[in-house]
Amino acid sequence: MEFNVSMRSRRQEVQRFAVFALIPLAIFALVLVVPFVRGVYFTFTDWDGFDVTKVVGFDNYAAVFQDQPFWSSLTLTLAYVGASLVLVNVVAFGLALLVTIPLRGVGALRTTFFIPNLIGGVILGLIWQFLFGQALPVLAESSGIPIFQDNWLLDTNTAFWAMVIVTVWQMSGYMMIIYVTALMSIEPELLEASLIDGTNALQTLVYMKLPLMAQAFTISLFLTMRNAFMGYDLNLALTGGNPYRTTELISMHVFKEAFGFGNFASGQTQAVIMFVVISIAAITQVIVSKRFEIER
Amino acid sequence: MKRAKRINLFFFLVASVLAVVYALPFVMVLLNSVKDKRAVRNDPLGLPTEWQWSNFTEAIRKMDYWQALGNSLLVTIIAVVAIVATSSMLAYYLARSRTKFSAVTFLVLVASMVVPFQALMIPFVGLFGERGLNLPSNQFSLAFFYVGFGVALSTFLYHGFISNIPYSLDEAAAIDGASPFRTFRTIILPMLGPVTATVSIINSLWIWNDFLLPSVVLIDTDQKTLPLKTFVFYGKYTSDYGLAMAGLLLSMIPIVVFYFLMQRRIIAGISAGAVK
Repeated sequence: MEFNVSMRSRRQEVQRFAVFALIPLAIFALVLVVPFVRGVYFTFTDWDGFDVTKVVGFDNYAAVFQDQPFWSSLTLTLAYVGASLVLVNVVAFGLALLVTIPLRGVGALRTTFFIPNLIGGVILGLIWQFLFGQALPVLAESSGIPIFQDNWLLDTNTAFWAMVIVTVWQMSGYMMIIYVTALMSIEPELLEASLIDGTNALQTLVYMKLPLMAQAFTISLFLTMRNAFMGYDLNLALTGGNPYRTTELISMHVFKEAFGFGNFASGQTQAVIMFVVISIAAITQVIVSKRFEIER
Repeated sequence: MKRAKRINLFFFLVASVLAVVYALPFVMVLLNSVKDKRAVRNDPLGLPTEWQWSNFTEAIRKMDYWQALGNSLLVTIIAVVAIVATSSMLAYYLARSRTKFSAVTFLVLVASMVVPFQALMIPFVGLFGERGLNLPSNQFSLAFFYVGFGVALSTFLYHGFISNIPYSLDEAAAIDGASPFRTFRTIILPMLGPVTATVSIINSLWIWNDFLLPSVVLIDTDQKTLPLKTFVFYGKYTSDYGLAMAGLLLSMIPIVVFYFLMQRRIIAGISAGAVK
């Protein structure tokens, strides 16, 4: 007797939906879909956080496009995302190569590189505030290496790089795990074959390992980009947007616009623009890196 | 062979130096958590000469440590259990149903993963706050929100796993007269162990450390989670870094202990969860 899905009656289908899918989907809709749709609608109104008195068309968007602080925050965020994307993944891949060498003790090294990732951005930000402000200047003085002599958080330019440094320290361990998994899943026969063909270590890396683990790059780049775009707690606890709101990433900017200054409609408009930017960046990145992937 | 060994040793040394750099911030926290404020200011790098243990008792009091820890544990446990229950069932439904509705639903779930919380947080306050649905400001509401945000990725992970379970198992159970729910509970669910571990770990780490959502929805100080309470050391206590370091150390301990208990599963969970 053939007993397949298509033979289910309509009643059975509805029953299955009610048992398995109704509650999860209802929660998903209420928590994610409804606020999202309402949020997009609010950007076309004069919403004040509670009430809408009239629909204003694209006025909010027009105003946001002329808002200088918003653009500098968005530009800063793009620079931060770009710098993090490159540095986190270069460092993570380097670490992955180091901790896959067959020696005792690499397990402890992996743990050390991974630990920062376990800990929340607020704690990490506060730790590094202490390091940049107190410990590193003292270290610079006693060791004679002047690089961290001044508090990096007091200057716009160095504060930006301070955020990038802490981000690399935080995220590289996580991406390292992804790269380690990919490196270990490469069939040893393939590498042996190339060794017999007389390739050296660098050639094996570039022509064999990198193409075979392209999928890991797709994922890691996507995750790094997503985290960097949405970064908030580290930004808040490390620089607080200072000096003079010049290190405010887009997330904090939106938060302040709405909850700090009470400009709910324009804050929401900025949030929607942020969503559009993230979507475009994510889709582009996935399409581009998929082209490097090979079927196995 | 000898040369290869030497090269390996060289790279091992490089890695060790890097590991010291990675660990240094934590070492600084440890060192300074037992110093008084003068010692921190004058000699942040040295070993403590006088051990000021009162930093810890003081930090516990300042951040209501035990209460905050309890709140964080409660919300993480409720949310993770609820996410596992809802998304495994939803994934089972979607994987076993060939309707257009289920295909579209799956696409919507996947697409929702790029929506940043920032695009929702402002409407959130109006929708769930006093003038909206008026949800109470507590751990249960917070867990409810986490289910809404966590269900997409978790369903996606379960879906991939369940799709590989042969349908003949469901058929056999159905012929024996088992209801769909019974089939799920007695046949499918017991097979989901590995992916349940992945889903639980990925969600626990994220929920435990989350700052933005609770800072938007938790108004009552008694309800605040550990990351929110840790933030009391921002600004106000920068004159007393010893106290702040003790507080930060206390905030880090639970998750680090969790990591060492679950190390293998966490690493496996991250590797498995990264398959997209």
